[in-house]
Amino acid sequence: MTDIALDHHHAAPSGLQRWLFSTNHKDIGTLYLCFSALMFLTGGSFAMVIRAELFQPGLQVVEPMTFNQMTTMHALVMIFGAVMPAFVGLANWMIPMMIGAPDMALPRLNNWSFWILPFAFAMLLATWFMPGGPPSGGWTMYPPLVLQTGMAFPFLIFAIHLMGISSVMGAINVITTVFNMRAPGMTFFKLPMFVWTWIITAFLLIAAMPVLAGVVTMLLTDKYFGTSFFDAAGGGDPVMFQHVFWFFGHPEVYIMILPAFGIVSHIVPAFARKPLFGYRSMVYAVGAIAALSFIVWAHHMFTVGMPLAGELFFMYSTILIAVPTGVKVFNWVATMWRGSLTFETPMLWALSFIVLFTIGGFSGLMLGLAPVDFQYQDTYFVVAHFHYVLVTGAVFAIIAGVYFWLPKWTGVMYDERLGKLHFWLSAISVNMLFFPQHFLGLAGMPRRIPDYATQFTGWNMVSSVGGFVFGASQLIFLYIVLRAMSGKGQPASGQVWEGAEGLEWTLSSPPPHHSFSEPPKLH
Amino acid sequence: MDHAATPRYYVPDSSIWPLIGSAGLFVLVLGAALWLNQIAGGQIVTVIGAGIVAAMMWGWFGTVIGESMQGRYSDQVDLSFRWSMAWFIFSEVMFFAGFFGALFYARNYSVPWLGGMGDKGLAHELLWPSFVATWPLLQAPDPARYAAIREAMGAFGLPAINTLILLSSGATVTWAHWALKADKQRQLVIGLASTVALGLLFVCLQAYEYWHAYTAMNLKLSSGIYGATFFMLTGFHGLHVSIGAIMLAVITLRAARGHFTPDRHFAFEAAAWYWHFVDVVWLALFLFVYVL
Repeated sequence: MTDIALDHHHAAPSGLQRWLFSTNHKDIGTLYLCFSALMFLTGGSFAMVIRAELFQPGLQVVEPMTFNQMTTMHALVMIFGAVMPAFVGLANWMIPMMIGAPDMALPRLNNWSFWILPFAFAMLLATWFMPGGPPSGGWTMYPPLVLQTGMAFPFLIFAIHLMGISSVMGAINVITTVFNMRAPGMTFFKLPMFVWTWIITAFLLIAAMPVLAGVVTMLLTDKYFGTSFFDAAGGGDPVMFQHVFWFFGHPEVYIMILPAFGIVSHIVPAFARKPLFGYRSMVYAVGAIAALSFIVWAHHMFTVGMPLAGELFFMYSTILIAVPTGVKVFNWVATMWRGSLTFETPMLWALSFIVLFTIGGFSGLMLGLAPVDFQYQDTYFVVAHFHYVLVTGAVFAIIAGVYFWLPKWTGVMYDERLGKLHFWLSAISVNMLFFPQHFLGLAGMPRRIPDYATQFTGWNMVSSVGGFVFGASQLIFLYIVLRAMSGKGQPASGQVWEGAEGLEWTLSSPPPHHSFSEPPKLH
Repeated sequence: MDHAATPRYYVPDSSIWPLIGSAGLFVLVLGAALWLNQIAGGQIVTVIGAGIVAAMMWGWFGTVIGESMQGRYSDQVDLSFRWSMAWFIFSEVMFFAGFFGALFYARNYSVPWLGGMGDKGLAHELLWPSFVATWPLLQAPDPARYAAIREAMGAFGLPAINTLILLSSGATVTWAHWALKADKQRQLVIGLASTVALGLLFVCLQAYEYWHAYTAMNLKLSSGIYGATFFMLTGFHGLHVSIGAIMLAVITLRAARGHFTPDRHFAFEAAAWYWHFVDVVWLALFLFVYVL
């Protein structure tokens, strides 16, 4: 019966139709990754403006309002446009191949999830050209400040609605694919770690994104329809927004890091030539982190005036997260113990992920302690912390994954020398960029300001120089990827990396149009 | 390899509808954003966007129904549909959870704090010292901006009748399901049609309740946190009842044309699951918005 259905589309359709009407997980994955790269450059250019303005005290480059718009849009674009779509793109490419499926379970829905994104970001980025410009109240959109946004306000809210629809449909697709499309014999505890982390991420997305949609809807009705959710004069509370927002926001943080854990859990065993240490404990750790992510949200708002019992509860639950996270870090280290290590580019990125993400984790522990958080709240220390977990964490893992899987996708090896150059430039400059921000924050420099007291000048200059080098280094990455995509380089074998294991490596490089047209046999 | 023993996978043809759906959503919210900014033409753009989305749903569902009727969907595809519908309903549950969270927070924290509970007494003294915390909150803290509500929405008039209506509609849809499994075409269509009728009756009574609230009770969306939570929760629920009723109406027409067989009727079950979901949300609403 299904033979008839399959036979007439063994090859990809040609031209624009291939991309616009696609039902192919690899093509849609490529679309996601290209879109993510575009947003990475867009959000990165906003970051360059921020670092240029902060190079020295005083106002040089932009007006304070524009500066605030830069920080707001940088965050929105990087979170919803760069990091999340990159992970969805990697999931699209890799999950069907890893579980022995022909494609995602719902290929058309998959295409819809993607194509909503360019429209959503057209909405968001169009606000640059409106009277009053884009939103400037920070990506967290706290009322009452955000309600002062001008014409851009409904565009911001609706863009977030669209991104949420896209994310939820993408997550439903991932979960359905893994639950229903596994090859016979691929039991849950044989699933590769990337797949496991993505099931749990998808669950977080489905549980958290609708709450964001709800809370921004309340913002919309507060501004235009006279509700008073966040207005004390009507019996509401601006702090209530922060509670509901961070109920979404904290799972969101793990949405952006759990797939990164998955990627690193593939790369480290491949280049240590040893199986992943403590596979089951890795799975349970990811599950524990996800479960805890729903009961820690108010650690983002320790200084807001919560009752003491609340401060204590959220502090203890937050610190508890260090346990499963520690399990993961120690397992990666134990995987490398007495392994036959080599240091190809993906491994370098994965190793730097482990070290630098752990730094971000430690500063997170500091911030999680309520009494000391009163000192750190809204300082550059917070900025340093979340850039360590999001840039040297999430982004480094994405880059590691791209280097690791690029030969599989394109059929050619990337340029190893350029890859190492990209790595070393990035790894050094990113620490120049973000490490001094710890000092600045501890010394009292507030975040989200275009100007600062003169004693902060030195470290800000170091940080800005690091920022410019880090930004420029990513152009090398762009060149490397485009070169491989155009088919230039040494041909890659199906196995690509001698130490890599999994169904995806049994396919040719690049893989056939439908990854597996029959369920593969598992050993 | 024995092909009969190893079922081959199914991947659908490429489709134009996802792209049209994305464009439609874009036009819809673009129009709404222009409308809210009071820019001329916003309404028209909104209507066009809604039209594109409706056309997409017509076309996309039509394609899928056609493919399903050709017997192209394997059991695995059927199960994928089931999983995805279940998770979609879970995402809807979480959407409502956000609004219920706002309700609980307002009742347990923000209103009592404004009334001076706990260590927030100073805020009470400084902001609105004459404010008295009650629930339902008939008079918001700032009387200059929020006129008093005459009375709270009672539970055991219309809302209780509406509860009975929705619960009955849950029973009729199950009765229709039994009929479908027993291959009783007539009972199936009657069961579905009465479910849709009960759903529409519910929406009409809800509309009457809103009208009564606005005209006789001075209970409005802009009446402070009680009105805001009341109308947003019941309003989004009413929207979902309407969506569910439209889904069931389509299923009724399809059932009348004999689209479903006793062992293959995912579309029926998806609509029924959705209907039970709006039913359960209503029970939570009835308890927390009306009774307590």
